[in-house]
Amino acid sequence: MARSFVGRTIADMAQALRAGETSAVDLLRDAIAHRDRVDGRINAFLARTDDLAMTQARAADERLAIEGAGAPALCGIPVALKDVLVLDGVATTASSKIIEGFLPPYTGTAVQRLLDQGAVVVGKTNCDEFAMGSSNENSAYGPVGNPWDVERVPGGSSGGSAAAVAAGVVPYSLGSDTGGSIRQPAALTGTVGFKPTYGRVSRYGLIAFASSLDQIGPFTHTVEDAALVYDAIAGHDPLDSTSSPTAMESPLDQLRHGVEGMRLGVPREYFVDGLEPGVRARVEEAIEVLRGLGASVEEVSLPSTDAGLATYYIIAPAECSSNLARFDGVRFGMHVDAASLLRSYLATRGAGFGPEVKRRIMLGTYALSSGYYDAYYRKAQKVRTVIAAEFESVFEKVDALVCPTSPTVAFTQGAREDPLAMYLCDVLTIPVNLAGLPGISVPCGLSDGLPVGLQVIGPRFQDARVLRVAHAYEQASGAAALRSPLVAEAVA
Amino acid sequence: MSAVAAPPREIEGTGYEAVIGLEVHAQLLTRSKMFCACSTAYFEAPPNSNTCPVCLGLPGTLPVMNREAVEKTVLTALALNCEIPPFTKFDRKNYFYPDLPKGYQISQYDLPLSRNGLLAFGVDGREVRCGVTRVHLEEDTGTLKHAGDLIHEAQSSLVDLNRAGVPLMEIVGEPDLRTADEAREYVVRLRQVLMYIGVNDGSMERGSLRCDANVSLRRVGASEYGTKVEIKNMNSFRAVHRALEYEITRQLEVLRSGGTLVQETRGWIETEGRTVSQRSKEQAHDYRYFPEPDLPPLQLDRAYVERVRALLPELPDARQRRFESQYGLSAYDAAQLTTSREESDAYEALVGAGVSAKVAANWITGDVARLANAQHVPVHRSGLGVSGLAALLRMVEAGTINGTTAKELLDELYVSGGDPEALVGERGLGQVSDESALAAIVDEVIAANARAVADFQGGKEQALGSLVGQVMKATRGRADAKLVNKLLRERIGG
Repeated sequence: MARSFVGRTIADMAQALRAGETSAVDLLRDAIAHRDRVDGRINAFLARTDDLAMTQARAADERLAIEGAGAPALCGIPVALKDVLVLDGVATTASSKIIEGFLPPYTGTAVQRLLDQGAVVVGKTNCDEFAMGSSNENSAYGPVGNPWDVERVPGGSSGGSAAAVAAGVVPYSLGSDTGGSIRQPAALTGTVGFKPTYGRVSRYGLIAFASSLDQIGPFTHTVEDAALVYDAIAGHDPLDSTSSPTAMESPLDQLRHGVEGMRLGVPREYFVDGLEPGVRARVEEAIEVLRGLGASVEEVSLPSTDAGLATYYIIAPAECSSNLARFDGVRFGMHVDAASLLRSYLATRGAGFGPEVKRRIMLGTYALSSGYYDAYYRKAQKVRTVIAAEFESVFEKVDALVCPTSPTVAFTQGAREDPLAMYLCDVLTIPVNLAGLPGISVPCGLSDGLPVGLQVIGPRFQDARVLRVAHAYEQASGAAALRSPLVAEAVA
Repeated sequence: MSAVAAPPREIEGTGYEAVIGLEVHAQLLTRSKMFCACSTAYFEAPPNSNTCPVCLGLPGTLPVMNREAVEKTVLTALALNCEIPPFTKFDRKNYFYPDLPKGYQISQYDLPLSRNGLLAFGVDGREVRCGVTRVHLEEDTGTLKHAGDLIHEAQSSLVDLNRAGVPLMEIVGEPDLRTADEAREYVVRLRQVLMYIGVNDGSMERGSLRCDANVSLRRVGASEYGTKVEIKNMNSFRAVHRALEYEITRQLEVLRSGGTLVQETRGWIETEGRTVSQRSKEQAHDYRYFPEPDLPPLQLDRAYVERVRALLPELPDARQRRFESQYGLSAYDAAQLTTSREESDAYEALVGAGVSAKVAANWITGDVARLANAQHVPVHRSGLGVSGLAALLRMVEAGTINGTTAKELLDELYVSGGDPEALVGERGLGQVSDESALAAIVDEVIAANARAVADFQGGKEQALGSLVGQVMKATRGRADAKLVNKLLRERIGG
């Protein structure tokens, strides 16, 4: 019986593949077995793509045999994709009933770049419907359990992708982050979650929630792995006009340069009233670790932080109200027949969308309506500009910001029924999206036995710097070794 | 605001004037669609064959701007004397309809690609100057085929998305037009410009050029506009004219009978010759425009605009004026010759190839135009070609062949093609101008037609024609008609 690689990193697996200690096929079998062992409890997977994965794994083994050490880093490594990312011929639902049965006839750019490296796709992961939520409870296919405590939420919206990594099924997964949907679940599941600068990773093939905010990024066990995945998926794409043509510096070159002499800012507005003492304690300890590594730490202010949430909940719903108009039952997915075109639209969308999606479509439609546009949408755009400008001026003084990712640790399923209470989950992650900045959540210990995340934020296109700070912390703290109890089940 | 104040033009004896503004949608002649690589040749293609994930609006897809479409829109705007602001952006126009795959149309709202243009033209010898509010760029929708003939009776509809995403310009005119004649001429002239600069094929029938009209009535001298009615579904110049005449009369009758007009959209029904209400103001959509987040704004710097301006060909107005002065043509002939760019290019090529300006004008506006219309092939794409036509006309001018022969050759070669000079030699079609050879034939004809000779000598001038005809017949049309006339008159007097 081959040694189990469940819970190991991409770097470990890649090395073992090259050393002949395992094969892509064995890694895949391992992943499938572990997935089937734990998924009844965490419900992280929607589509399972075992046949496709086996074909990919065999091809990867052949490629490894030929290319050896020269094979791409992700060749033969299993991956799971959030179900808002399209993959040719594989059912994609965005966790919604409305596009059930939709088989995309094309593959998105980020996913294609993984496939080009020889990635092995074991399935599509559960998420909040159309990526709208912070607990993964808004999925039409049921909630996702947190591998640290399956009664608790894994965060959202990329809860399934976070849980799949935290449970050790795959060493990495892709998620999408519109207001914190990678970083917040990463914090709640003890994984690394990285949201690159807006425009760094092509959105082509990502089912849009809010186009000006969405960004694809990885979940991993380590910052190094996050850098590897980012390096694979980032870069200009002619199919996405918002993807940046500016040259990209490799995140791997400077990953180990450390933080000595770096100036780190601690934004005082991020230590909010609702911040749990345990979270505050872990984050403050983490900041001390960074100080100990030679970084200077100073308090800074981002005064408009408290306007972020309101701004976000106008802009994101406005864009989603338009982005989701294409789900009309005419060309694909659910269609409910009715006596007239209007009734068919109403019946299809009424039956197909869940309550949170409907709420946001209504919010956005209202905010864009004639007579309300100036008061809501236009004003929100102005505030967004102010928020971005505040970050810019802070980054004249400091190289990066460090703060908590989520005000709380993972909460119990069903605990936050009030939408506004749920929206507060993202209060510390949303401003980063509004300003288009790179942000990462890296595990920084436990509070009451549940993971806490440290967020590192950098200036636009300084993705490599964000990874470098997070890596320095992770290496010094030993937090990279953190694994959920579900990983232990396989190893044992 | 109107660029040019139009003088009031009263609807005869009523005290009212009509105020008309036109919105023209013109598909751009680009190879690929507005936001994807699909072909724009949607018209003959089998339904839904010119589609891809992007123009089908599949989840996860994104638009990528067509450079050629932007350039052709800037070219159009410059041809219509518009300003090109340095910054322009795209917006989403949101509404639900099955021919709109994304549930929104990518269009331009408050920062269009161009504004403040002008189109000037003559109507009944008077100059009309119509402001062009803006020319902006958007994408076309798909088309629906309703089962059954009438939409309200259709049990089902079929969606064809071949046309979805074809680049479309919206050219918004100021309400500077006052009569149906002016409105028709505006569309005629606008179409002419679009075709001259090669951005649109000008087909109203196929819908690659579409026109909507806003029309209202007001008391002559009033500065406020009356209640505006939008008219849609006019698919020809004639329809534009008829629909506006109808609508002006309808509105006049309502106002004169003390009624009030409602702001609404009305459709022109060609077969019934009337407009019918489609949608009232209360039913108007709230399109919830907002900036398209998938497309960065466009910055069109001066250098770019000047590069595009350099691509502008001579426009029909300028060309007409030049033809008048350079070739000594009448205003009428010059206008006729510059109707289309191809025709005027052909004319200049003929003159350049040594055909006299007047002869070239007569033939181009006469027999060549007749054939071009009948065959639906312009002369430059005909079998004869412009150089063949030049050779033919040079032979006419040199007296090598006569007009009759030339016409016959033109008819034949226009379709089949061939070298006219070689054919004249092969078939012996050269004009008979040899006086002694013709004199013998003339004498024979006089001898054989004593009655006609007597008629002519008795004062019936037309009898000469029949004698000329006889000579022509005897020479198989090759005789020099002028010379035959002269010879006949010498012999039988008159």
